[in-house]
Amino acid sequence: MSSNSSILGDFLRGLGGATFFLITILRALPGALLRPRLILQQLYYVGVMSLIIIVISGTFVGWILALQGFRTLTTFGATSALGVFVAATVIREMAPVVTALLFAGRAGSALAAEIGLMKATDQLSGMEMMAVDPIKRVIAPRFIAVLISLPLLTAIFAVMAIGRAGGHLIGVDLLGVDQGTYWGQIHAQIKLHDVIESIIKSACFGVVIGWISVYQGYFAAPTSEGVSRATTSTVVMSSLTVVGLDFVLTAFMFR
Amino acid sequence: MISPDSDIHVRVRGLRFSFGPRVIYDGVDLDIARGKITAILGPSGTGKTTLLRLIGGQWRPKSGTIEVDGVNVNKLTRSQLFELRKRMSLLFQSGALLTDLTVFENVAFPLREHTDLPEAMIRDLVLMNLEAVGLRGARDLYPEQISGGMSRRVAMARAIALEPALIMFDEPFTGQDPISMGVLIRLVSTLNKAQGLTSIIVSHDVNEVLSISDYAYVISGGKVLDHGTPEAIRASRSEYAQQFLHGRPDGPVPFHYKAAKSYSDDLLEPAQ
Repeated sequence: MSSNSSILGDFLRGLGGATFFLITILRALPGALLRPRLILQQLYYVGVMSLIIIVISGTFVGWILALQGFRTLTTFGATSALGVFVAATVIREMAPVVTALLFAGRAGSALAAEIGLMKATDQLSGMEMMAVDPIKRVIAPRFIAVLISLPLLTAIFAVMAIGRAGGHLIGVDLLGVDQGTYWGQIHAQIKLHDVIESIIKSACFGVVIGWISVYQGYFAAPTSEGVSRATTSTVVMSSLTVVGLDFVLTAFMFR
Repeated sequence: MISPDSDIHVRVRGLRFSFGPRVIYDGVDLDIARGKITAILGPSGTGKTTLLRLIGGQWRPKSGTIEVDGVNVNKLTRSQLFELRKRMSLLFQSGALLTDLTVFENVAFPLREHTDLPEAMIRDLVLMNLEAVGLRGARDLYPEQISGGMSRRVAMARAIALEPALIMFDEPFTGQDPISMGVLIRLVSTLNKAQGLTSIIVSHDVNEVLSISDYAYVISGGKVLDHGTPEAIRASRSEYAQQFLHGRPDGPVPFHYKAAKSYSDDLLEPAQ
């Protein structure tokens, strides 16, 4: 009983500290936005460097969905709905969630490790002693870069999964679904709110992953074990939060 | 203590600080004279680096006051503290160079952050500072491409970029080969004389530090055990000072970390 309450107490204390940290970052955002060079640099590291894994994964997910969808839809004689099957699954769920999970593994862990190592090697303390606020100089630009990158990467994932190289390649070019039907069904059935909901999801996931990554890095114990733990925690906590949050958001958006 | 009030750059009174149950400082008084080199000597783990972080306002004491230029560091807001830090520098033992920037960009960093100087002037200032530490030729290298001694010299060039009035060195000579150590000692001394900097050197390299210091404090067990000019410290009759100066393994500072059981009891106890 007492151990349970102590775990709960630790969790609440951690959550309180993390929330305070998020507020500090949010207050530093306007100043960080005035230094676009720092943000562009981070966009390259967290966004552009994540492109390959997103493009490849998006393409494979499109192929898999087309194969699975075709098999299931054939049973009902509804293969003409393959395009909308792939598009709806990708836009509503797969693109925001899988992109967020991959992003947490690729960029979130890298951010936590980088910031943790900067702390362990006194770079953050050094900045503070040079009267430079590390929250403004290091944390805020990385946080903004995550917020911008994730929705863009989600869109790229969706385009790869649904488009010529993805579901279209398998559904139309390999399995013989009519190209006009494939795209026509998508146009007819996928509504603007589907896209907006996908963007909302990926934006929320961006906040969560950015927050967890920089928090874990900034408060990592300044040892090799501490940095390793921060990196692992970033991936585990981000992944669990993303799937949990996805359920909550889907429940709210479900009509 | 050592000088009239106006000549005291840093004044520490009744300093108490602890990490959890471990007491680091238990009522320490210090005066750091303006424009002089003051050495803080003491064995490893005695909290010398902690003292520098306390003076820089990175940590807060449990009680007592730390004044820099007559201003209580712990009463300042974050922005006031940052203003004060523009007039002081702390050289970390590791150098704390930013690893994603070249040597040139590291030295330019505080100038770019705190001034609106044109690029040409920043370039000249950086090159002048790098020339002063003998590393103008290494300007395009990254921190991982230079040695530990060179890193500290780059950190020194960066520390003087904004022409601070107070500079604090954390173990500047540890792990240095004799040539690098000689270079660093000469640099610290030259900077002090040429720019009139107040310098605080925290170290356990007794002879090297005393050779360039104007005044020294010997700290251990959370207290100031001795203080005075280097000559006075060398001539001190304090058992502690003598043990420390001559590097004797045992004395007031025990060689053995305090153990719960005696050596024989520990050895005879059956393994679990």
